[in-house]
Amino acid sequence: MHESVIEVAGTKLRVCEAGEGPAVLFLHGVAGASWDPLLEKLAAVCRVVAPEHPGFGRIPVPDWMMSTGDVAFFYLDVLQALKLGKAHVVGHGLGGWIAAEMSIRSTQRIRSLALLAPAGVESPDALFDDIFAWTAEEFAQRHFHDRTLAREWHAAQAKLDIDVVLQNRTALARLAWNPRLHNPQLPYWLHRIDVPTLLIWGEDDQVIPFACHKPFLREIRQAELVSLPDSGHALPIERASEVAARLAAFFQRAQMSKE
Amino acid sequence: MKTFFFHLMPYADLDLSYTDRHNSAWVTLPNSYFDPALGEKLYARYIGELELADRLGFDGICVNEHHQTAYGLMPAPNLIAAALARSTHQAKIAILGRALPLVSNPVAVAEEFAMLDQMSGGRIITGFVRGIGTEYFASGTNPTHSHGRYYEAHELILRAWTEVGPFRYHGRHYQFDYVNIWPRPSQRPHPPVWIPSQGSSETVEWCAAAKRKYTYLQTFSPVKSAKKAFDLYRQCAEREGYESQPSQLGWAVPIYVAETDEIARRELKPHIEAFFNKFLHYPLEMRMPPGYSSIASTKSLIESKFAFRMKEMTAESLIDLGMVVAGSAATVRERLAAFAQELGVGNLIAMLQIATLPADLTEKNLRLFASDVMPYLRAQGVKAPLPMAANA
Repeated sequence: MHESVIEVAGTKLRVCEAGEGPAVLFLHGVAGASWDPLLEKLAAVCRVVAPEHPGFGRIPVPDWMMSTGDVAFFYLDVLQALKLGKAHVVGHGLGGWIAAEMSIRSTQRIRSLALLAPAGVESPDALFDDIFAWTAEEFAQRHFHDRTLAREWHAAQAKLDIDVVLQNRTALARLAWNPRLHNPQLPYWLHRIDVPTLLIWGEDDQVIPFACHKPFLREIRQAELVSLPDSGHALPIERASEVAARLAAFFQRAQMSKE
Repeated sequence: MKTFFFHLMPYADLDLSYTDRHNSAWVTLPNSYFDPALGEKLYARYIGELELADRLGFDGICVNEHHQTAYGLMPAPNLIAAALARSTHQAKIAILGRALPLVSNPVAVAEEFAMLDQMSGGRIITGFVRGIGTEYFASGTNPTHSHGRYYEAHELILRAWTEVGPFRYHGRHYQFDYVNIWPRPSQRPHPPVWIPSQGSSETVEWCAAAKRKYTYLQTFSPVKSAKKAFDLYRQCAEREGYESQPSQLGWAVPIYVAETDEIARRELKPHIEAFFNKFLHYPLEMRMPPGYSSIASTKSLIESKFAFRMKEMTAESLIDLGMVVAGSAATVRERLAAFAQELGVGNLIAMLQIATLPADLTEKNLRLFASDVMPYLRAQGVKAPLPMAANA
């Protein structure tokens, strides 16, 4: 995996990259950038480009970049700057929300869209619990279906640099404090998404409830849903192999549908 | 030295066993714990206590703002101040303060304070705060915008008070095409501004700036921390080219006076312990929402202050730390005089009703303080401590 800092339209961005093949832009979730098992597996069959969202990590964010809409426009610029051609955009949780915000703006450089338990749209019958009220331990427990994985992940998180952990929480709050983790306008624009779209959701997701798949499925014309039993929110860790296989197959179908 | 009576208006009837089932007296404690019939009685009692302080000759009476909590029943402190503007006659009325980032219309704050100043005959002291972390859960305001909104709202309010309107204000967080408040405040150039804080150096420096010279209030903290903040204020003033006066500093502290030291300690104990252990009770996540403070301040709070707060406090340890002053009138006099001299502080903000402290003991405390402590403090001039070595 190769790490670099690029600058696009005046904003610096840390990017991790690995693999060869069709280009995949991977947008990380609420917990911050991390080279999870899913990325490793995808890199075996694709060229994975995984940026750290502006404001997360150690690079200061420009004052004006305040919303997921701003970040979405920025990533459209990034796609253009990286000259990836048409990329498969994959987003997890917060990253799924950003990916959806990108896709309603323009799919000119997007081959397909894969949303792994995306935030962004709240279902009236499944409101999000308050992620900012959780302790670090609860945050971990809610990410996983598997208790052991949750404990291991929590222990690993506790060893991270406290500055980065606090900065990541601040960056998340900046984008997602109010309304919590969603944009009430987004459902009204989802119909603009005109590329093959795959939703993958853990049925036991305690961060972004499974029921929130409904508006996406209803509004996006080419959307299909894969629901994973006994899975929590941390799909890139807990269900890495299965999700990687599903994505690889989906990319292939999306590639063919355009050629 | 001037003395002010500060009231938090806590929900004194709180069932203290709430901690068996809930981890916070703020935001998430179900309001089924609030009994409106008891609440009515508390409001009548508390407003009466503030009015009594006016009659007893306190220099001022103080209210403040907190939301969705048993800690204080004044989500709209200006409502209480408005009632006091009509029912009190000599005391300054200090609103310490309005939480600026929580409001979507700071012009309304400028208007309300101007009204209060008019209605009270120029007796108000205004205060601006950011609100504590929990208020960002209660209000929905994004804590990462807290500083930005605070500074903009402050600027807008000061301009609304002092500039001839209408004028336009186009900021990052607030935009108004017409700012032209009616009424204008009575006091010129504007009502005094006091800033309560727990000692963030950023806040102290901002208050001390020559163009503001705002009175800085250190709230509910050990004497050591108060001293540090006040020394910083004096250093900043010196850097800014002026000598700060004791009147620019205020110290807020719970005080309890009784017939003897022994009686004072015995009577105060359950109430002061309830104050720190039950009413000031919230989880770290709610106290420190992300972005509310800089990463550095957040880390130091997690490491020091919060660890300290999380311990069960006893009346004895609180008295030792100087976080509470309690005893006979003679003891309280001596201790306050010594603290005032050590701190170089010219305003004492005395919290004389504390958590569950009942009406009779509160009244006794007010009367003893007013008759046997206040005259002594008033007669005593406070000088700024001698300039310290620059790096003290």
